[in-house]
Amino acid sequence: MRELMNTVGEALYLLVSFDPALWEIIGVSFRVSLTAIFAALPPSLLIALLLARVAFPGRWFAISLVNTFMAVPTVVVGLVLFMLLSRSGPLGEWQLLFTQRAMIMGQFLLAMPVLIAMLHSTLQSIDQRAWETARQLGAGWWSSLWLLIREARFGVIAAVLAAFGRIIAEVGSAVMIGGNIEHFTRTITTAIALETLKGKFAQGLALGLVLLLLALVLNVLLGVMRGRGHQTVSA
Amino acid sequence: MLQRRFPLLAALALTFLLASGAQAADIVRLATTTSTYNSGLLDYLLPKFEQDHPYQVQVIPVGTGKALRLGRDGDVDVVLTHAPGAEKAFVDAGYGVEPHGVMYNDFVIVGPADDPAGIEGGDDATRAFATLADEGATFISRGDDSGTEKKENHLWQDAGTTPDFEGYRSAGQGMGAVLNMASELQGYTLTDRGTWLAMKDKLDLEIMVEGDKALFNPYQVILVNPERHEGLNTQGARALAEWLISDEGQDLIDAFRLNDKVLFHASAGEKVDPSAAVQEND
Repeated sequence: MRELMNTVGEALYLLVSFDPALWEIIGVSFRVSLTAIFAALPPSLLIALLLARVAFPGRWFAISLVNTFMAVPTVVVGLVLFMLLSRSGPLGEWQLLFTQRAMIMGQFLLAMPVLIAMLHSTLQSIDQRAWETARQLGAGWWSSLWLLIREARFGVIAAVLAAFGRIIAEVGSAVMIGGNIEHFTRTITTAIALETLKGKFAQGLALGLVLLLLALVLNVLLGVMRGRGHQTVSA
Repeated sequence: MLQRRFPLLAALALTFLLASGAQAADIVRLATTTSTYNSGLLDYLLPKFEQDHPYQVQVIPVGTGKALRLGRDGDVDVVLTHAPGAEKAFVDAGYGVEPHGVMYNDFVIVGPADDPAGIEGGDDATRAFATLADEGATFISRGDDSGTEKKENHLWQDAGTTPDFEGYRSAGQGMGAVLNMASELQGYTLTDRGTWLAMKDKLDLEIMVEGDKALFNPYQVILVNPERHEGLNTQGARALAEWLISDEGQDLIDAFRLNDKVLFHASAGEKVDPSAAVQEND
C-alpha cells in the first residue's frame, strides 16, 4: 500500500515538475492525433454530407459500412498498414514505417468512421429548410454549404472531440506502425505499455493521469456541446 | 444478520486460506527473461524437474528489469536472469539470496546484407560498436531495460561512446519486434542467438559479428529473500535452483538444441563475475 502511495506521489511530481521526458511524450501524442483529426475532418465532412443529403443507390449499405468500420480493432488497422508500408509491401518505397506520418495515417483511418457517423447524424437532424431557404434566397452552393455547417457546428465539434478521444487513447496501431521509438514515435499509450513492462510504474501512471484528465475534459466539453446543440436544433 | 452470515464468511475465508496455503506449497513462481522462455529451454527443462519433485513451476517471462522487480516485491519465489550488474545490486540490497551461475548463451550483432557501416566479419564487438557510432549507422536498441539492453549499454561504454548518434533508435520493445524493425529499416541491432535463430528466416538481416567473449551472457538463478516477504515458496524455489545446477540439470542444458544449434552452455560452479562483462563505472 505504501508502495502504491509512493508511486502515485512520484507520478504527480513528474507531472507538476514538467519532467521533460514525460512532456516530450505528451507532445508527440498530441501532435500526431491533432494532425490526424484535422486531416480527417474535411473528407469526413464531405462524405457525411453526401450520405445525409444525396440519395444514391446503396446509400444504406454505405452507412452500415461506416458503422462497421467504427468497430474495427485498432490492431487490425495497424496490421493492414504495416503490411502496406513494410519494405516488402506495395508502399514500401515511401519508407514511412516507424515514423510519425505512418502513425498519422493509422489514426486518420481510425478517426474517419467516427467522424463520418457522427457528422452524418448531425447533418441529418438539421432542418431541411435551412438548406432550401438559403438556396432559394440566392445563396451559392458553397455558401449554402457553409451555412449548413455553421448550423451544425456543435455537432461537428462533438464529433471531433469523440474521434480525438478515440485516437489519442489507442495503442494497437500506434505501437505496431509507430514502433514506440524514443523521441520520435513514443506516445502516451505506447509509453505506458513500455514503462509497465520495465516495472517503472510512476511514469506510466503519470501518463495515465494525463489521459484520464483529457477524457474528463473531452467528456465535459461533449456534454456542453450536446446541450447547446440540442437548443439550436429545437430553437 | 451479521451473526447469521458469520459462519458462511468464515467458511469462505477458510477455503481461501487453505487454497492459497496449498498453492504456496506446490507452486513455484519463476520470473525469467523472454530469451529462456521463447527459445523453448524451459518447456524442455521444467517437465523433467516436475517429474521428480513435488512442485509445479509457473513461469512469468518478462524482461530482466521487470523480473528483478517482481522478485523485489515478493511477487515470485525465484528469478533466472542475465544481467550480472543488476543481479549483484539485487543481492547486495538484500532482495535476493543464494545466487548461482547456471549457464551462459551469447549475443550476436546483426545487420543488413549490404553492411553500410562495414563491420561484417569482425570478432571484436567493441570495435564494431565504435564503428557503428562513428558512421552514424541506423541502430535499433531494445530500450526496454532488458538484460539485452544492459549488455548493449556496456558495449557502448567499452567502445568509449554514448548512444546518441544520428541513426540510434530506442524502440522500447521486445527482441522480436526490434529484429523486425531492424529488418524493415535495414539497421543493425544486438540480439541473443536464440531469438535470432528462431526468426532469421523471416528477416532481411545477417550476422555481422559473433564469438567475442564480450558477447557472452551469463544467467544466474537467485532466490527471493524469504525474510522480506511472507508466503514465499522458498523450499520449492531452492529445490529448483539446486536441480538447475546439479549434474542432471547441467547435462540437460548442454543437450538442448534449437534448430540443431547449441544455445546454452552449462556453467554452474564457474563464478559469475559482475565486473567481467559489466564495467559499469569505467
